[in-house]
Amino acid sequence: MQLSKDKLLDAYTRMKKIRVFEETMRDEFAKGTVPAFIHLYIGQEAIATGVCVELTDQDSISSTHRGHGHCIAKNSDLEKMTMEIFCRAEGLCEGKGGSMHIADLSVGMLGANAIVGANAPIAVGAALKQRVLGENLVSAAFIGDGASNQGAVFESMNLASVLKLPALFIFENNGYAEFTGIDYHCGGGDIAGRAEGFGMPSYKVDGSDFFAVQEVAAEAAERARRGEGPSAIECIAKRWYGHFEGDPQHYRTKEELETIRRDFDPLIIFRQKVEDAGLIENNDLNLIDDELSNQVTEAVEKAKNSPLPNVEELTTNVYEKGSY
Amino acid sequence: MRVKTYREAIIEAMMLEMRRDEKVFVIGEDISGGRGCGDFEGEAAGGPMGLTQGLWDEFGAKRVIDTPISETAIMGAAAGAALSGLRPIAELMFSDFFGVCFDQIYNQAAKFRFMYGEQGATPLVIRTMIGAGIGCGPQHSQSPYSIFANIPGLKVVTPSNPYDAKGLLISSIRDNDPVMFCEHKSLLGMEGNVPEDAYEVPLGKGKIIKEGNDITIVAIGQMVGITQGCVSKFEEKGISVEIIDPRSLSPFDEEIVYDSVEKTGRLLVIDESNPVCSFGSWIASMVSDEVFSSLKAPTRVLTPPHCPVPAAPNLEAAYLPDLDRIVEATDYLTNYS
Repeated sequence: MQLSKDKLLDAYTRMKKIRVFEETMRDEFAKGTVPAFIHLYIGQEAIATGVCVELTDQDSISSTHRGHGHCIAKNSDLEKMTMEIFCRAEGLCEGKGGSMHIADLSVGMLGANAIVGANAPIAVGAALKQRVLGENLVSAAFIGDGASNQGAVFESMNLASVLKLPALFIFENNGYAEFTGIDYHCGGGDIAGRAEGFGMPSYKVDGSDFFAVQEVAAEAAERARRGEGPSAIECIAKRWYGHFEGDPQHYRTKEELETIRRDFDPLIIFRQKVEDAGLIENNDLNLIDDELSNQVTEAVEKAKNSPLPNVEELTTNVYEKGSY
Repeated sequence: MRVKTYREAIIEAMMLEMRRDEKVFVIGEDISGGRGCGDFEGEAAGGPMGLTQGLWDEFGAKRVIDTPISETAIMGAAAGAALSGLRPIAELMFSDFFGVCFDQIYNQAAKFRFMYGEQGATPLVIRTMIGAGIGCGPQHSQSPYSIFANIPGLKVVTPSNPYDAKGLLISSIRDNDPVMFCEHKSLLGMEGNVPEDAYEVPLGKGKIIKEGNDITIVAIGQMVGITQGCVSKFEEKGISVEIIDPRSLSPFDEEIVYDSVEKTGRLLVIDESNPVCSFGSWIASMVSDEVFSSLKAPTRVLTPPHCPVPAAPNLEAAYLPDLDRIVEATDYLTNYS
């Protein structure tokens, strides 16, 4: 571990913010205050964070339908993000995207995506700025194990490899594509191995461990910035909750759910590692916990009390104003 | 008068815009050709139909980007590049191939502005070849522009001659929304006046090709020229025909059509798309809604029959609207009482 204390605190803050935010969303969803579907990121916090701490605002990510964690890890404004999930006028997307289509271009977050796997070529497109304009940047696509079977993902890996683009393919293998297990849906079962077949360095890491993800993400991002092309990282992690909130999860046992929350908690693993190494005092982290709890509560209250979009906005933003 | 072909006009538009703006680049299959072929260097093809000839020589591999045969990756990368501030021209070699990549066009590029609350623009041009007439058969001859025009967020352009091809393409490249630029394969060798400088033909502005008083004919793409070929026949019959080329379908110049129908009282649309939910039927529907009291006859839409485009030359000839069918439809409407 060679990370500075500031970077460690930053990483913990992002992960914990995801956890607190998603737990709060879970409660709000149960109360019926959140429109439509939400897909929680809990259990995978170390993946988004481990990658995004290696990126700047000039770097891009493209996300999945399970995108709240990626927004937070990429440093989206928490209040505007919360407002968007509540479909409010002052949300990041003015209420027109909602949870599954949330984006924050100001920090290079090119959008959650409700079409599974469709975000991969979009991240490759952002990476083209290195080739066309010579810009120094990295562009990462987050891809679930279910999405890893999509043609769009295969095409994207091949194109990025052929054109040597600074793209990172971050596979979040949580073992389930909706309600279907990876043993059934993934021929060969080796997502990283498939990526390697496209001629790029490929890693398989413990996605519950921030340090495991961050270490290879740093290496892959450096390589990409040097103009040496894409890499893939398969992060094995656990999805704590259902595919979406309200999923009764008949396909999982109670024992499985208990075990993963005990043994695969990215926050506990992080705390143990930094405390064992004597890098950060327990109390520093507790202070962050308290602060985040307040921040999230405030953001949610503010969102719930802010207005929905005006009905006049229904047909705006379809085309550039005055051009249609 | 500077005579150039439709193909040359398209190439010239891209060259001028690429010189003007370093963010403009072209991406597609074999747009230079010859990459990865032993020691070969340079441009092997300039596109299978020669529509990107000369670009690689001037702008090189950084901005003339040959790809694997992966239309989803091409369209998605172009969409992502546009969202990130570049101005891609993505080539979808034949419009029929939209079937393998439409998600990136209609769920992604077309929706970015709306679903992200106008955080950014998507200045993307998808150049694609449409149309029947040269024997390419069911999967290389279709005209799916009605499907494209159905999608909010997409703009759709159908140039019918070299002058418009250049001006509309320049406008499309400078536009800040995704544009489906539908080039007709039967028109690639068509010659016409093409001024040397960069000029814009605005999207959403139709053009009256020929003025007349008895009937309004709105013709799309290749159908403009075929309708113009009927003019002497109309004159023989003493019918005064007004021909309108809408030039872009989305946005569509409704006013030019309404004004004309208010004068003539009759509407015939000639459209190469499939008849069911065709763009022509939308024009007819708008005219019925907006200027019904001016109509002296029912509106009529002439399209191919509801079948795929056949390969056999005699069947393909029977497929497309031709002089006989256009004259017959015109006779029907002008004699209607």
